[in-house]
Amino acid sequence: MTESASSEPEPPSPKPRAAAAGNGMRLVVPLQGVVQGRGGLILGSLIPCALFYFFQLYLKRHRSPKRPPASSSNPPSPSASSPNHGDLARTSSRSNLLGRGSIGPVQLSSRGMAIAKPNDSPYYVGLEKVAGDPFHRVDNPDGKIQLGFSENTLCFDLIERWMKENLMDSLMGGDGAELSINGMATYQPFDGLMELKVAMADFMSRVMGKGVSFDPSQMVLMAGAAPAIEILTFCLADLGNAFLIPTPYYPGFDRDIKFRTGVELIPVHCRSADNFMLTVTALDQAYNQARKRGLKVRGILISNPSNPVGNILSRETLYELLDFAQEKNIHIISDEIFAGSLYGTTKEFVSMAEIIEAEEFDKSRVHIIYGLSKDLSLPGFRVGVVYSYNENILAAAKRLARFSSISAPTQRLLISMLSDTKFIEEYIETNRRRIRRMYDLFVGGLDQLGIQCAKSSGGLYCWANMSVLIALYSEKGELELWDKLLNVGKVNVTPGSACHCIEPGWFRCCFAALAEEDVPLVMERIGKVAEMCKSGQ
Amino acid sequence: MVFKLNNQLLSRMAIGDGHGENSSYFDGWKAYDSDPYHHQNNPDGVIQMGLAENQLCFDKVEEWLKKNPAASICTPEGVAGFKDVAIFQDYHGLPQFRNAVAKFMGKVRGDRVSFDPDRIVMAGGATGAHETVAFCLADPGEALLVPTPYYPGFDRDLRWRTGVQLVPIECDSANNFKLRMEDLEAAYEMAKLNNIRVKGLLLTNPSNPLGTILDGDTLRNIAAFTNENNIHLICDEIYSATVFGKPDYVSIAEIVDEDRKSGRNGLNLDLIHIVYSLSKDMGFPGLRVGIVYSYNDVVVSCARKMSSFGLVSAQTQHMIGSMLSDAEFVEEFLGANRARLAERHGAFTGGLGRVGIRCLRSSNAGLFVWMDLRRLLKEQSVEAETALWRVIINEVKLNVSPGSSFHCSEPGWFRVCFANMDDETMEVALGRIRAFVAKHKEAMKPARKLCAQSSLKLSFSGRIYDEFIMSPRSPIPQSPLVRART
Repeated sequence: MTESASSEPEPPSPKPRAAAAGNGMRLVVPLQGVVQGRGGLILGSLIPCALFYFFQLYLKRHRSPKRPPASSSNPPSPSASSPNHGDLARTSSRSNLLGRGSIGPVQLSSRGMAIAKPNDSPYYVGLEKVAGDPFHRVDNPDGKIQLGFSENTLCFDLIERWMKENLMDSLMGGDGAELSINGMATYQPFDGLMELKVAMADFMSRVMGKGVSFDPSQMVLMAGAAPAIEILTFCLADLGNAFLIPTPYYPGFDRDIKFRTGVELIPVHCRSADNFMLTVTALDQAYNQARKRGLKVRGILISNPSNPVGNILSRETLYELLDFAQEKNIHIISDEIFAGSLYGTTKEFVSMAEIIEAEEFDKSRVHIIYGLSKDLSLPGFRVGVVYSYNENILAAAKRLARFSSISAPTQRLLISMLSDTKFIEEYIETNRRRIRRMYDLFVGGLDQLGIQCAKSSGGLYCWANMSVLIALYSEKGELELWDKLLNVGKVNVTPGSACHCIEPGWFRCCFAALAEEDVPLVMERIGKVAEMCKSGQ
Repeated sequence: MVFKLNNQLLSRMAIGDGHGENSSYFDGWKAYDSDPYHHQNNPDGVIQMGLAENQLCFDKVEEWLKKNPAASICTPEGVAGFKDVAIFQDYHGLPQFRNAVAKFMGKVRGDRVSFDPDRIVMAGGATGAHETVAFCLADPGEALLVPTPYYPGFDRDLRWRTGVQLVPIECDSANNFKLRMEDLEAAYEMAKLNNIRVKGLLLTNPSNPLGTILDGDTLRNIAAFTNENNIHLICDEIYSATVFGKPDYVSIAEIVDEDRKSGRNGLNLDLIHIVYSLSKDMGFPGLRVGIVYSYNDVVVSCARKMSSFGLVSAQTQHMIGSMLSDAEFVEEFLGANRARLAERHGAFTGGLGRVGIRCLRSSNAGLFVWMDLRRLLKEQSVEAETALWRVIINEVKLNVSPGSSFHCSEPGWFRVCFANMDDETMEVALGRIRAFVAKHKEAMKPARKLCAQSSLKLSFSGRIYDEFIMSPRSPIPQSPLVRART
């Protein structure tokens, strides 16, 4: 059967193609009969169908997908997070169309294809845009200022000073026999060295106001909070199950929790009227709706202090959550990664661990996520913690930690640093003070522009209400404002819709990676955009 | 009030056996952990020969680190870079790191081929790299073909969280366990017949546990086969720098390069992926440097996003970036690595040979030997192999790895690692083996031609293959690495 285009049933041309003249005629004459409906059932219907089928097959085989450009060599700036890649859209959608056993282009797994798809969330797009044109006071004063990434550079001078004062002659330590490369480069326990667990337990206790102590044997260490939350999810929920999560929430959860586990996130909407505080009513409602949809809820994921709002959950709320979890027989995961980044007084923050220790609750359902990316400003070192009271979860998480272990030299360095308790105390105190200062400056600046922020006590960001500036009170309006801020104002903030906020107009602005002298410039740029919006442009 | 621990609270994965640690295979490790050998403190302890670690060139690394303090951010020279390193969490990785690793990979292959730094994706060790590749290429229930014997960790790393299956292709000693095209084809066809959707073939080259390499022609044929059938080819080249003798190593990258340079372009590069790590070649398992290198842009993109779960610490990236950019050091290191491995291998196999113990002849790579103890078995069965293994652990006090844990179809083979100890310890180990052989000289059967095992090459329904293997009445040697399906 020919598969060239000329096999298409077409009216016989008086001049068959020169290249296939002889053959052409042999085909064309019987085809003529088919086309003119003189072929009867077999020739009249079967053959055209067959021809059509083969034509399609030919097209499938020969339509080569446009090879996307090789992964862009976008030089990543040191402070950029995970910008997505804008390429590869073609190949992904094509492969999805082809079914099982297709002979078409190579198939990845369906989850692989879903993950590879470029992420168009403004959270990621904004990060990428800044990475391409980052602000620098001297080298690039017109560049984009990054307010969309919650990192903290306010206390690096302290850490640098500590490093200089406590230096080792090399990676391995002074004349330290115990720190030979042999001891560091070889296999270590996958869930982290006990000395580091001890040091982390101490650090967590100090950071959370010493109201609670942590037991190193209840800890599993892994390479960052992202694997920590993923591993915990694998332990607590099966494919297709769900977690309840108050909105607005950190956009990264959509990736960290859902990517590979197949676990769903069910939003529990919180409103500005409640200052975005979680209520059990809303929780209950969301739970029941999930049940109706046939989704099995395995747990509640809260962040405390919350991201992006910066709320701290009160003791009462924590009790209510525990009661709720008990009643429904589900887990509570408390992401306390910002516990040390408070700008209020420490008395306010209460860790879930503190509640659990004090009261007669079923501990087996409570788990805490922590890490050093925010409170100690060391995201590059990749240190995350799963803290649990459930032995079975700990055992399972320990085994899963092998996929995401912390590099041994990094563990050694941190053991040294965290064990210097005098330095750590100084650091925690100074860090809070400086965050407070930046918060006051920043929120004050926004206030002068007529932009109010939600009441918050922690985190490296503020939750700003810019709804007065948006023309259309909707997600579309919000995204238009975000776009103006990014491309005209040259300031990247995270729009509430990226955080699944149910009320449009809210934006997360991170201020802990700014220098004080840059704040007026930021305000000036935001002010300019605000003027634009007010004058109806 | 006491609350009963509710098992409903745990996921299937948390309850299940996918981690594989319940198998009796780990008894050897437990024996070592409870009684580890030490020259002075515990000279009668168990010697660890079940861990493929490369400790032969640490002195070179230490020397370099002393001479290059700026590579570490913990030194006066290096601390200036601290800030940028501490905050860096871009999943593309430090450019210097990627460039250095790409260069290193090229050097390991004698600069016969070069690697694109933009295709280098980080993962949490080779463990994480393998898992990432499996996530990218196969959905739950789909399968990868793997020639036996293979590294036991694959059962966990490729299957546990991914839900992917492994379909073994049995290779036997009749041709030195080399993968034969007919076996590959048969396994593929059988899988298809049983409605198992095969997404790819995983090769470990150089092989663990065999320590052998594939020649260029075999690699070409395999690549042609996977290409023709539109399935992926994953090459685990984690031992590529441990090739210490002839024949020369051929990497899949060279096959790809050859195909491109010749203008044939017969290979679909979207199907070819390499898994790498610094754990074996450099002896740095503690640094958790795993690499996924794919010629498929979509896989690179997908793996890169997944690398958030296993990024290499920026401090480590910084150090490795410096170290591997030093071409002189790399040259010297690779040379010393090969020379010392060759020497150690020679000494060890020589010592074994003198007491009549043979190892797989063609082995010229890896950190271990594939020891043939079939003659010491009471009978050719897994039970006999396990019994012998327990004797080796408890009497001879050596932790070696039994072939059945590698899914070897022939009982009696053992993997013995030799690169994770100093010369003295190796001598002690050899001494113990000599003593053991002398004691059991009478028990050693005369060398007789072992008839080729009727390797049950999937001549039955693959669907129940696993259940068949697990059943006590199975004629197929049962692997002690029992796995429960989660």
